[in-house]
Amino acid sequence: MNDERDTSDLVSALAARLTPVRRLRPPALRALGWLALVAALAAWPVAHYSNVPVFLARIAVPRVAVECAATLLTALAALLAAFELSLPDRSRRWALLPLAPLALWIAASGYGCLANGLGGGGPGDLLGESRRCFMFIVMASVPLAALLFWALRRARPLAPLPVALTGALAVAALAAFVLQFFHPFDVTVIDLALHLAAIATVMLAVTVLRPMLLGREAAAPWAAGRYSAWL
Amino acid sequence: MDPGTPAEDRDPQWSEWMRAAQDGDAAAYERLLRDILPLVRALARRDGARPADVEDVAQDVLLTVHRVRHTYDPARPFRPWLAAIVARRRIDALRRRSRIGRFEVADDAAHETFADPGANQELEGVRAGTELGELLRALPPRQRAALEAVKVRELTLAEAAAESGQTVGALKVNVHRALKTLRRLMGTTDGRDLD
Repeated sequence: MNDERDTSDLVSALAARLTPVRRLRPPALRALGWLALVAALAAWPVAHYSNVPVFLARIAVPRVAVECAATLLTALAALLAAFELSLPDRSRRWALLPLAPLALWIAASGYGCLANGLGGGGPGDLLGESRRCFMFIVMASVPLAALLFWALRRARPLAPLPVALTGALAVAALAAFVLQFFHPFDVTVIDLALHLAAIATVMLAVTVLRPMLLGREAAAPWAAGRYSAWL
Repeated sequence: MDPGTPAEDRDPQWSEWMRAAQDGDAAAYERLLRDILPLVRALARRDGARPADVEDVAQDVLLTVHRVRHTYDPARPFRPWLAAIVARRRIDALRRRSRIGRFEVADDAAHETFADPGANQELEGVRAGTELGELLRALPPRQRAALEAVKVRELTLAEAAAESGQTVGALKVNVHRALKTLRRLMGTTDGRDLD
């Protein structure tokens, strides 16, 4: 048990070791900065390797446009929520922000499935091209997650789980949006299922790896050395 | 700052001190940490937290404030930022206690003992009390009455004299003789503990 004298000693020790710190900028600005960095990094590969005219022709269809917009909105909402939730005094309700665009995205994709049927690669190859979509979302999420959690861990989140979940949803949704540039066909049931499976995979992986991604000491200071280190 | 000022009214001052602390002002930081401690303890004590845990949580909160001080935005109120940290650390403390409770069992009978007999006095207090009672009964009646009144019941010499009918001088002599007899009976050469 620690007594009040130890606490007083701790205050003196913390004050004696104080160093100036750079305040974090507002979460929305940080989210925008991260997005700008990713856009700068992704612009050339997307422009060089994707079929932009086909993409533009596809989004001329209202349902596809809604689907793409909802995907991007999901990513943006989850991104903002992750930056907000990384701070101690922000409401947990930020975690609900991406739910509405996510529902719209799933609904728009589901509506497309009705028109396009099961899809897949025919007998013996149920997954077909959808397998590549799954891999694209998962693989594209890796560098995006590395960049995002590098930025998020600066806040040393006290409650890492909601930050991990919203951050993972943000990168997976962003990867799914970028996939649209390389996806010159409408979604099928298999497509949609695999897109959702890819998002779930990314969220699960990030959740499991969150101590590494967000820093263990943020959640448990005693794990990084107890008071004796300060006294 | 006046300790009686409500936390809401102290908020602007805390916010200002934290802003200064973020810029490296150690004096402002120390003032802030000392000034927020009563509130931290009060928040940590909520929902019937055990007193033994309150100081642990307070120290965890101070360490956390130190680690995440860059996340405080001086444009926002300080108290919610602090309260969120306290709430988080209280939850962590409860989880820690629950984990310990699952894997550790307190054994009240598992007394410690030490090589130095003096170190065991507290643990052996009950036994020592019984032995002392027996020794007191072996004293002559006037010595026992004097010792019980002055050393056990801690009456003043005047009160003990009025109660026992002995003079103050006689009481002093009888207390002195009683202690000497006790030392002899206990086989103690160092009688300081009995004085």
